[in-house]
Amino acid sequence: MAKGIWVFVEQSNGNIRKVSLELLSQGRKLADEKGEELAAVIMGQNISALAGEAAKYGADKVYVADDEKLASYSTGAYTSVFAKLIRENEPNLVLLGNTAVGKDLAPRVATRVGVDAAIDCVGIEADAANYVNLTRPIYAGKALIKVVSPEARPVMATVRPNTFPVAEPVSKEAAVVNVPVAVDPADLGAILKELISQATGRPELTEANIIVSGGRGMKGPEDFVILEELADCLGASVGASRAAVDAGWREHKYQVGQTGKTVSPVLYIACGISGAIQHLAGMGSSKVIVAINKDPEANIFQVADYGIVGDLFQVVPALTAECKKLQA
Amino acid sequence: MNIVVLVKQVFDTEAKIVIGADGRIDDSNVTMVMNPYDENATEEALLLKERLGGEVIAVAAGTPKAQETLRTALAMGADRAVLVSDPALQSVSDDYAAAQALAKAVSELKPDIILTGRVAIDYGSKIAGRVAEILGIPQVNTVTRLEVNGDKAVAAREIDGGSEVIEVTLPAVFSAQKSLNNPRYPTVAGIMKAKKKELKTLTLADLGLDATMSGKMQIVGYSLPAGRKGGRVIPGEPGQAAAELAKLLRSEAKVI
Amino acid sequence: MIFELSEDHQMMRKLARDFAEKECLPGLEERDEKEEFSRELFAKMGELGFNGVVFPEEYGGTEADYISYAIIVEELSRVDASMGVTLSAHLSLGSYPIYKFGTHEQKTKYLKPLAEGTALGAFGLTEPMAGSDASGTRTMYVDGGDCWILNGSKIFITNAFYADTYVVFAQSDRSKGSRGISAFIVEKGTPGFSFGQKLKKMGIRSSATYELVFEDCRIPKENLLGKEGEGFKIAMNTLDGGRIGIAAQALGIAQGAYEAAVKYAKERQQFGQSIAGFQNTQFTLADMATQIEAARLLVYQAAYLDSAGKPYGKASAMAKLFASETAMWVTTKAVQIFGGYGYSREYPVERMMRDAKITEIYEGTSEVQRLVIGSQILKEF
Repeated sequence: MAKGIWVFVEQSNGNIRKVSLELLSQGRKLADEKGEELAAVIMGQNISALAGEAAKYGADKVYVADDEKLASYSTGAYTSVFAKLIRENEPNLVLLGNTAVGKDLAPRVATRVGVDAAIDCVGIEADAANYVNLTRPIYAGKALIKVVSPEARPVMATVRPNTFPVAEPVSKEAAVVNVPVAVDPADLGAILKELISQATGRPELTEANIIVSGGRGMKGPEDFVILEELADCLGASVGASRAAVDAGWREHKYQVGQTGKTVSPVLYIACGISGAIQHLAGMGSSKVIVAINKDPEANIFQVADYGIVGDLFQVVPALTAECKKLQA
Repeated sequence: MNIVVLVKQVFDTEAKIVIGADGRIDDSNVTMVMNPYDENATEEALLLKERLGGEVIAVAAGTPKAQETLRTALAMGADRAVLVSDPALQSVSDDYAAAQALAKAVSELKPDIILTGRVAIDYGSKIAGRVAEILGIPQVNTVTRLEVNGDKAVAAREIDGGSEVIEVTLPAVFSAQKSLNNPRYPTVAGIMKAKKKELKTLTLADLGLDATMSGKMQIVGYSLPAGRKGGRVIPGEPGQAAAELAKLLRSEAKVI
Repeated sequence: MIFELSEDHQMMRKLARDFAEKECLPGLEERDEKEEFSRELFAKMGELGFNGVVFPEEYGGTEADYISYAIIVEELSRVDASMGVTLSAHLSLGSYPIYKFGTHEQKTKYLKPLAEGTALGAFGLTEPMAGSDASGTRTMYVDGGDCWILNGSKIFITNAFYADTYVVFAQSDRSKGSRGISAFIVEKGTPGFSFGQKLKKMGIRSSATYELVFEDCRIPKENLLGKEGEGFKIAMNTLDGGRIGIAAQALGIAQGAYEAAVKYAKERQQFGQSIAGFQNTQFTLADMATQIEAARLLVYQAAYLDSAGKPYGKASAMAKLFASETAMWVTTKAVQIFGGYGYSREYPVERMMRDAKITEIYEGTSEVQRLVIGSQILKEF
């Protein structure tokens, strides 16, 4: 008998990632609605301390797979352990963050346990007939589909960061289950040779609360400094439009849009971005959009909550100065 | 070296999405193109062939129209192509079924390397891990650099907050990130030659798969996101406007 | 009758469109502003096989048909009309006569590099006293024994200065009229061959237009194209095909302006709605679309006839006449839809309108096209 809702908890530098807290918070609500337990699955090395954290955000049970073989993420070892755990415990719903790890792991684990995984979901609703229904964007958010898994269990999904709010932590204990770690030799085909951290000190684009983004209007790579200054004052991440990436001003990993990343921050500040349909697809679900552009006819103003028609090279530094004043 | 590249035909990124009278996405009047990340995968396959010799085989699952995308791969330089097209497959909307079909078609080609895009920009499909799992071989996703030496490959891949370098034993599946390379244009000569190259169409039955194979997930509804409305334009000199904006973001929108 | 492009043609369109948008569009405004010709872009087109698209593989071509060629010129011109005419003048005027009338040796030596894209071609027919009336040619040649000696000048020569190979027309005896004209292949750098003034133009400013000057220019005997006295026939035959290129260029310009106009009409808000909401605007857009579609059918039909080896002189004249007048009308209306912005260089329709005008003039003005069509009609009845 399948039971329970699971959240795959990701950690970075010893803390639970924000998207995992979001999923625990939402998972708690769903578990209460279903009258089932919420379990967190934590994998890594020396991560036992995180079990208590997961409990505070609603987990009734925490599966801890703590082993040196899991010290850093690898598709093979994580799939081996996670798929075995799912097979043995048969949860109804398994949620992962739509992060680099989630996107790599979910399809592989799903295939191994004989189900499909819905990628990049932006909504989960309890559903009597199908357990849950999932909403996910297609065409990078130009349309949405609702999908269900009528029979296959667990229902697996990766969920876009910033989709659900993080609940206030509560004082709560969870049952900790230590998971024995055995990796199938067939899963050892890949060896991690090197891990390169490129810490910018700024949040990951897809997880950032605030994104300051630049487009063709930036004129050159060096001009992104003014966006970085604003971003650093706001604790924001810096994105770019395809025009800016195609021009070689920013790396592709910072591209927001249909052929880049899809983001849903609380605040998106578009600077010198005209608002091509493929860009709007990637950021249209942001809560508040600000557009700064010298062209009053730019498409971006049609989706922006606040717009300033003007020279971004004057407006952005002025905004940074205002931001500093507010923080002073 | 047998190199298989999995390509998908998708809507052009400029396409406007319209929901038709039947409640589904209307694909009439839409320009179809090769999934942009699959272009990178195709380019990498061709580069590998240029360095190491062998054959590049493009494989797609889709409607008969998807052979256009295979022709594009052939025009870029792929040697031959296989299309898995079956009405049974088209009624299924999830990646589970597509992966089963593709994996079966691919396994018969005995590839050393399988390349595909990191994601399909239409339905957000991530086929690499699924195919790798069915074939029981390693996967490396969002690859930004790929080197092959004998039966080993070293790949750099993008991860959150950095990158990692992974060594795998071949055969393996690699999914291409945009920064992996700069895809070539098909040439006029390539387009002319593509007509003469082999493009085989297989049904599920041809692959020995059950034609009643069903997916695991079903689409139960399509919708368009709630349209946004342009808000207010803040007038004034840059300094003034910026000050007003900061005030509104804090007191009205409450986001900073 | 099939009114749908084949898969190959659709691929050609996609290829040419991608090339135009990714390679020609960046820097386009600057090239227009500074009147800069880009040899680099021409070389890139060569790598893709555009420059000899209709010629046999033996001579460096890719053996596609004239519809492919028309589509490529159309797609280039949709973004960058200067690039469109550069290719059209190179292929239809600079290369085609060598393909059609050249010896195997001439084709191997001259057509192959032209088709492969390493050499650029041009066509020297027009003179101050001889536009479409080639019989008025005053550039003279004499038989110098072991060579031909040319004297005279040519004006309005597209691709000149940058081009490597020129097909040049000269007269041996003015009393012979058109029967005294012969065609020659002249290499850049031949002593006695130089360039005069660069023409400052209203539009297609990043295509090169220069005068050619011949002063006792000695050309090898084997560079006579066709037979002596065949020049007029070669010129007329070449111009029939050249019209397809210009018609395709005009079609592309019109298409580019139309797309810009539709997009703008949907974005631009006036009186609380997009201007596309006004019936007045919709009527204009509808007329644009209809005329462009009619022009397209004419252009592809002429290209089809050319590929099929059927007479296409009348069809190419009709295509050129209609497409160029469509281009002028559509671009003018597009500027109107853009209003004040349309008149500014911030938006591309201003350039498109300037570019469109020349299509009604060169390679036979609209008046000349009507003459060609008229005389053909009267012959047929």
